[in-house]
Amino acid sequence: MANERKGEVQFGEQLTVRSHILRSAMTSGPGIFWVTFFLLLPLVWIGVISFLTRTEVGGFERPFTFENYTRFIGFGFFGFDMLYPQIILRSLVLGIGTAVLCMITALPLAFFIAGLPARYKTLALTLVLIPFWTNLLIRTYAWQILLAPESPLTRLAVWLHFTEPGLPLYPSAMAIYIGMVCDYLPFLVLPLYASVEKIDWSIAEAASDLGADGPRVFWHAILPQVTPGLVAGIILVLIPATGQFVIPDLLGGAKTVMLGNAIQQQFQQSRDWPFGSAITFVGMGAVMLGLWAYARAAGERGGEII
Amino acid sequence: MATDTPAIQVDNLVRRFGDVEALSHVSVSIRKGEFFSLLGPSGCGKTTLLRCIGGLDIPDEGVIRIDGTDARQIPAHKRPVNTVFQSYALFPHLTVSDNIAFGLRMKNVPKQEIGGRVTRVMDMVEIPKLADRKPAQLSGGQKQRVALARAIVNEPMVLLLDEPLGALDLKLRKQLQVELLQLQRRLGITFIYVTHDQEEALVMSDRIAVMSTGKIVQMGDAEDIYEHPRTRYVSQFLGSCNLLDATVKRRGASDAVVQTSVGELRVELGANPSEAARRDQFTVAIRPEKVSLSGPNEAPGENRIKVKVEQLIYIGSETHYVLRAGDGVELKAQALNVRGCAPEFDIGKEAIAFLPAAGLLILDD
Repeated sequence: MANERKGEVQFGEQLTVRSHILRSAMTSGPGIFWVTFFLLLPLVWIGVISFLTRTEVGGFERPFTFENYTRFIGFGFFGFDMLYPQIILRSLVLGIGTAVLCMITALPLAFFIAGLPARYKTLALTLVLIPFWTNLLIRTYAWQILLAPESPLTRLAVWLHFTEPGLPLYPSAMAIYIGMVCDYLPFLVLPLYASVEKIDWSIAEAASDLGADGPRVFWHAILPQVTPGLVAGIILVLIPATGQFVIPDLLGGAKTVMLGNAIQQQFQQSRDWPFGSAITFVGMGAVMLGLWAYARAAGERGGEII
Repeated sequence: MATDTPAIQVDNLVRRFGDVEALSHVSVSIRKGEFFSLLGPSGCGKTTLLRCIGGLDIPDEGVIRIDGTDARQIPAHKRPVNTVFQSYALFPHLTVSDNIAFGLRMKNVPKQEIGGRVTRVMDMVEIPKLADRKPAQLSGGQKQRVALARAIVNEPMVLLLDEPLGALDLKLRKQLQVELLQLQRRLGITFIYVTHDQEEALVMSDRIAVMSTGKIVQMGDAEDIYEHPRTRYVSQFLGSCNLLDATVKRRGASDAVVQTSVGELRVELGANPSEAARRDQFTVAIRPEKVSLSGPNEAPGENRIKVKVEQLIYIGSETHYVLRAGDGVELKAQALNVRGCAPEFDIGKEAIAFLPAAGLLILDD
């Protein structure tokens, strides 16, 4: 009897070890298989490639080397070169800038939607999601039309003395950020909205009761409650926005190289897979480092991570 | 400021939620240093009144004066009142000591002073060792103490308590009732205490206002409200009560003999009979503990009724009886078990119930 009680009890049923393993394999098996073969193994392969040397015809061979990494942080064939560090910096600025703008836009929007009567909430959330129904490229081309010289938007800008007549509003940094915010806003609005819906307003009342005026109630009693959603949203925006290059290309005039198209170039035009892999790994490493730092900070504050 | 200015003066307060009047023309004046309770079932408007005083809700009509000043001019964060919330509403991301220091920080009290005051208050509510804990790491009773400390550290003129002990178990509740009362006496702060627990209100309050459907139906000290409930509602809400419909048969100088469903009873009208007492029909009420039982062989007399014991509930210190009088009317009686439970009043036994005239009240409705 004692020997048989080795498996777990599930849904009130005593499982033997074998049936326990079988059940686990049936439920988690497909997922584990998918992640292992289509994510983990390719990733390890890219990691290996990033330490190999490029061959003349664009393949890769031994010896193992750190050269791909040292080249990326600026030490290439011709001595120190700021080219790649600048690309990282440019991409980070784009990512952080997009995240900040999205945050500024999403905060009032999330509170507004949460304050709507129940029947309008679903409608509002659907409207937030509508951009997802269209392909990113088409949306970005649409912005080119909207920002063209004779478009109503451009005329409004002219009328406000924001720009001169006859000129389009793109390519420009502003156009890039308009495109970026439109693309990434839903990623921040949705988790933030989920946090706003869960706010315990009695805590805000307590702050007000204890002498906090409007802005301080927001800062001390409301913001800490939506921080998990806000951080989740910022991560969801920051990571893909840092790797984004289509929007800067189309709305920024295709003059600059971002992290994303640097990687693309290495794998396609330049056929330098080892170097492309190294850039990929540095990018991923930076993101992991950021997430780890956040998780630590959140852990020390005693809060949940996301 | 004059000491005779009421701490809180509420005039004709109305608060509507849609078509419902949560408060309908409530007026009350609360003295400085008083322990004042708002007692009533949920939905009677007691919490709404408290929130209006605290500035967390805005009344539709009427005036609230805090220490003589019209509170309509004062937003919540500037009122000299603090609230202990029913749900405690502690800041989950702050430690206990930061929670308590919050109000002082908002008022820009100097840092050196804050530390001392927080420590003193934590000693006062007996949680000196919890300073670095987060609210999630506290028990219900500890959260309650933190919520209390967070409010009193600001030394408010009036402390508003919204069912602060509602979520605690009975034993802890009784202990904290005593502590709260001692604290109030020591600090001299006016307490306005919302509760639906009649015993809690009786134990703690200087004065009680009993509320029902947005109105204050009776106000007075604990003994007054318990001994002289004016309506069926108050008599039933505070403790239990036997209610009998009475028709006047003979009227004397200060008393009357009335016919009730349990028989003839003599009731005292008092020197100054109420409007109800001057009518020919009214309701008389008597508390179960004022009904006494004696053996069936006792000589019949005034206000003595033949009954049969139908149910007997022994609760240790006392015994509760459900009695059946002649034509099917139920009477409740209670007896202290001074010498243990009396065996002669067992279920099914006959007995004589004595309803003393002094214990019979004439209600307004």
